[in-house]
This record gives sequence, C-alpha cells and structure tokens, in this order.
Amino acid sequence: MSAPETPPPQFGPRRMVLNMGPQHPSTHGVLRLVLDLDGENIVNCQLDIGYLHTGIEKEFEVKTYQQAVTLTDRVDYLAPLSMNLGYCLAVEKLLGLEIPPRAQWMRVMLTELTRLNSHLVWLGTHALDIGAMSVFLYCFREREDILRIFEMFSGQRMMTSYFRIGGLALEPPRGWHERVKKFIDVFPSRIDEYEDLLTSNRIWIGRTRGVGVMTLEDMLDLGVTGPMLRAAGLKTDARKDEPYSSYEKFDFEVPTRTESDVYARYLVRMEEMRQSVRIVRQAMDGMPAGPWKADDPHVVLPDREKMKTQMEALIYHFKIVTEGFRVPEGEVYQVIESPRGELGFYVVSDGGAKPYRVHMRTPSFGNLEAVPKMVEGTLIANVIAAIGSMDFVLGDTDR
Amino acid sequence: MLPDNLREHPVAAAVEAFDADAVTGGNYDRKELTLETPPAKIVSVCGFLKYDRKFVRLSTVTAVDRYPAEPRFEVVYHLHSVEPCQRLRLKCRVRGEDPVIESVTSVWRSANWYEREVFDLFGIQFVNHPDLRRILLPDDWQGHPLRKDYPVAGTRV
Repeated sequence: MSAPETPPPQFGPRRMVLNMGPQHPSTHGVLRLVLDLDGENIVNCQLDIGYLHTGIEKEFEVKTYQQAVTLTDRVDYLAPLSMNLGYCLAVEKLLGLEIPPRAQWMRVMLTELTRLNSHLVWLGTHALDIGAMSVFLYCFREREDILRIFEMFSGQRMMTSYFRIGGLALEPPRGWHERVKKFIDVFPSRIDEYEDLLTSNRIWIGRTRGVGVMTLEDMLDLGVTGPMLRAAGLKTDARKDEPYSSYEKFDFEVPTRTESDVYARYLVRMEEMRQSVRIVRQAMDGMPAGPWKADDPHVVLPDREKMKTQMEALIYHFKIVTEGFRVPEGEVYQVIESPRGELGFYVVSDGGAKPYRVHMRTPSFGNLEAVPKMVEGTLIANVIAAIGSMDFVLGDTDR
Repeated sequence: MLPDNLREHPVAAAVEAFDADAVTGGNYDRKELTLETPPAKIVSVCGFLKYDRKFVRLSTVTAVDRYPAEPRFEVVYHLHSVEPCQRLRLKCRVRGEDPVIESVTSVWRSANWYEREVFDLFGIQFVNHPDLRRILLPDDWQGHPLRKDYPVAGTRV
C-alpha cells in the first residue's frame, strides 16, 4: 500500500505530513499512520495496513478442517485459544456435532485465561506507551504464569491449537486444577496492584481522561466492537447475547461505562479481568466429569489404546489422518467474544474434506477503521493513547 | 420470490413486504437466515434493514468464488442488530466477467474497508465507493489471490 492518492491540501508554514510507523514502537506491530499535521493538531489521518498479510484465508482452502486449526492461532497470536474456539465452533455447527460438557467447560476456562493473557499484554504495552513503565513488568510476570498453564495443557506457550473439532486435542493434564487454582487465587490481588499504580495516578488520568472520545453512533457505524463499545455505554457481549460453549451457565457481569474515552476503556477492561477470574473459578470448581471429546468416530481421532486393539479404530484413524472428514454442504457464521471484540468465522463447505471458503471477521480490522475518526482534530500526543486503547493486533488485522 | 418456509420469518417477510422484487431466494439453515437479493437492489435493501429493522451494524462484507459456475461470485453481507440481537446474511450473485456491484458505504461507513478488501482479494468493483484501492496487498500486485483460479503457491499458469 502506497501513500494515499490525494496529497494533503495547502501546505502552510505549520503544516507537515508525519509518517508514523510501520516500525513505531507504539503501533504494536506494523501499522503505518500518515498524519497530516497543523502544528500539533491532526488534520487528517490515513491508515496503511497489510504489512502482515500472510494469505491465511487462502491457506485454509488447501488444508483439511482439522489441519486448519493451527492456522487460526497465527491470526490473533495474543488470543490463540479464542481463535481456535471460534473456528472449531463454526465447523462443529456445520457438522451438527455435540460437544461433551467437560470439553465445553474446559474451553470456557481456557478462553477466559486467554482473555486475561491478552488484556495483560494490552495493559502492559498501553501503560508503557503512556510512560508507566513498571506496569509492563508486573503484567508480564502474570502473563508468564498463564503461558505456563497453556504449556501444561497443550505443550505450547503461544500457538496452542488446543481446541480441536470435536473437543480438545489432549486429555487435560494431571494436576491442572491445582495449577490453575494457584494462579487464580493470587491474581485478583495482582489486579489490585495494577490499579494501585494507575487508576488514581494523576499522570495516567491526565493522559487518558477525555482522550479518544467517540460517540456510540459513530462506533456502531464504523464497525467497532468489544470493550470499546461497552465503554461507550452499550451492554453488548456475545457471551451473553448469543451464548456459545455453555456460557449461559456461568454467572458474570458485563461491565460498562458511559464516558467512551481512553480511561473508560481502561476501567472496562480491568473489570473484565475480574469477571474472567470469576468465570475461571466457576469453571474450575464445577468442571463436569466425562469425556473430553465428542463421540463421533468419523470426526474425532480414536484413543491410542483402542487403535492397538480394534481394527475399526485403526481404520478410522487412518481415514481421518490421510483424507480428513467430510463436512455437509452449507455455510455458517459463528460469532464469539474475543478479548478484542466480535470475532466471526464465516465457513462455507461444499461437502468436501477441506473448507471451500473461510472468512475471518476479526475485531482488530473493524476497530482500526475508526482510528481516523477518533484522532482527527486532536493533538498528536493523544494518538498514542487513543490507538493503545483500541487493543488491536496486526496479525488479526491483516490475516 | 421468498421461499414458502421463510414466510413466517419476521425479517424475511418484512423485506418481501418492502420490495417484492428484492428477495430472489433464501433459506433458514442451522438457525441462520440467508436472503438472496439482486445486486441492483442491495443499497435499498440495506438502507431498509438499517433504518427500519434496526440492523445498525454491518459485521462484515466478503465474497465467495464459485468458479467455474456462473454467476461466479457471491458477495456476502453479515448484518447485526444489537437490540434485539439478530443476525442476517445477505447474498448477491455477481457475474465473473468484470464483476461489479454497488457499494453500501452510504449506509454503513464500516463497509469502506471491507469492500476494499473484497476488491483487493477478489477483484470485484464497488461503484460509488469513496476510496477503492487495494488494502492488504501492495498497489502493484497482479491478480486477486482469493479467486479459485489463483494458485496457492508457485508461479501462475
């Protein structure tokens, strides 16, 4: 993508065009903003994305349904399990597959830990951008604990691919309960620590309150979703409005604010972390017993032990691994609430073993479209705070 | 014509009542409503849905390449009404030769980037779009990668 075609109008002595990014530390990846400035005021802002485009949607079309799970991790690499979940739910909807309660609850628990993980990265980097460096160190300390939990479950810290079509990839490891409990018992006090550092900090308030304000109408029209909408007073959350994976059985609040500025978004996300802790605790304590994968030999790989003793299991294993499974013709649009907002998977099947088309409606792409509206007319220093409050991931934007 | 099984569905019936020619097909599958509409009607149907049926959000615009079938492309719109929570899929079939359809940016501003993405990856032109340029790929890129006749790897044949 080159610079916008229309050159900025009349250059006066105070006018200049500033190229922010794609290597700017506060753009959190490779985002380029072309800012047309009048002194320190932003007259016009153009976004340039696509530096991280890797053609993942094309890649889906040559992978079997199960193989493609690994592609979803790479899209939003700060919330890999949310991506896994959205994709698996979409394919399971096409298949009409029933997922056992244990797998559903495990999925809820792990996606909420993912939300914590993602919000911690957001908080740390957002505070770092605005100058509160120590918060970053605290956040990454706790994030490390979460990544270790992911490693315990899946063997991977970031590219987990732990959810598979039909349930989970592996049996939950021995000792997971104590491990998660240990973390979740400590974590609320850690959130208090972050809040001690920021919530009533005069510099923090000065840099965030009244900054990046946007009306709810503009946000809805521009495709903004997630915590940003909730910070503008709209109580919308796919976990409540269109529950998936048993979320209707959990008791939690959807925090909202009405100020719609950077500070309100900060408060909303902090409260979301506390709510996620509640959900994790409920999932952990009430974890149902039973199988962790669906009982459908055409889709789900058989147990290793069965393969050694049963001919059918060996055949099914061979069939699934070599050619995959067929998915009935049709199309679905599955929405989940990712840490960033509405994550939608539009999966089209032509009846074959590979997806005919997968489109990912990623929250970062929708949110970024609102950046010009948010920063135009404000000071350049506010750009950093404003885009930090959006919590976008460029892998999620460019796919 | 609205299929008979959709006559009971309030949204489908409302679109039919708004403009009898606006619905050429549709289905209700896996609890999701899909309506097909002729490309010429897309802006008026979207305007009706946004202002009269509360579909305030456009979730996404994308396309599906049905090559070698004709009409080749399906442009797919996912609409969302927040209160009450409802979703709707609109579909327009567009021909393979010089595919073109009217832009819905006049209804939702968020369509801007989504339509640029469809233009970039499928080569579908959007008439009346304010700024139709490539968005993900470089400006000098040849071809449209999400078309089915575009190879996944290697050189083009």
